[in-house]
Amino acid sequence: MTLLLDLSIGYLIVCTVLAMAFCTVRLLIGPRSQDRILALDTLWMCAMLLALGLGIRYGTQIHFEIAMLIALVGFVSTIALAKFLMRGEIIE
Amino acid sequence: MSGAEDLPAWAALPIAFLLVLGGSIILIGALGLMRLPNFYQRIHGPAITVTLGAGCVLLASMLYFSVQQSRPVAHEIIISVFILATAPVVAMMIMRAAVYRELRARRRKEAQGVAPSGPDKDSPQARGRPRA
Repeated sequence: MTLLLDLSIGYLIVCTVLAMAFCTVRLLIGPRSQDRILALDTLWMCAMLLALGLGIRYGTQIHFEIAMLIALVGFVSTIALAKFLMRGEIIE
Repeated sequence: MSGAEDLPAWAALPIAFLLVLGGSIILIGALGLMRLPNFYQRIHGPAITVTLGAGCVLLASMLYFSVQQSRPVAHEIIISVFILATAPVVAMMIMRAAVYRELRARRRKEAQGVAPSGPDKDSPQARGRPRA
């Protein structure tokens, strides 16, 4: 059972890192700015899931707080970027 | 040092299943973000990552820590509620920004190209929100 759990956690971490690589590709080749913001938002989400996977891997609760902070900051930054893209300014 | 030493089989099997399912769904969502041809199709790729992939990983984490510490650990509900509340807001903001940008670019192109045709006939306000 330990081997099974280790293998599945390794699979999750490899998949998340691969997903982050795909998001980075879209972030670099994205033809317009909204593609880049979408890729950045997905990159935040994948980083949060990677923190959760590392939390399961190492069995500590500190990774949960890392994941929560990543989720909060990712939401705020994506909203700010989208609002800047729409209006040209963040705080009107 | 793996924390997965002393978990019974009835807990390890669903945790492993949820982790594998979540990893596959995350990979599929990112692949959709990279491969789909149009922006309005591309915004549907990360939606599955945010909802189903994050849900599977959060459920697996909740189950793992509950079994490991032999008490119900439900911290992850905070992250799930936050993500489920903010994912539509983020998608809507990005989509609105994309739509406004396209309308602005089209209006600029029309103003440059066919200026004497009257921009009030098919202005972005008239086309974007048909309120009759």
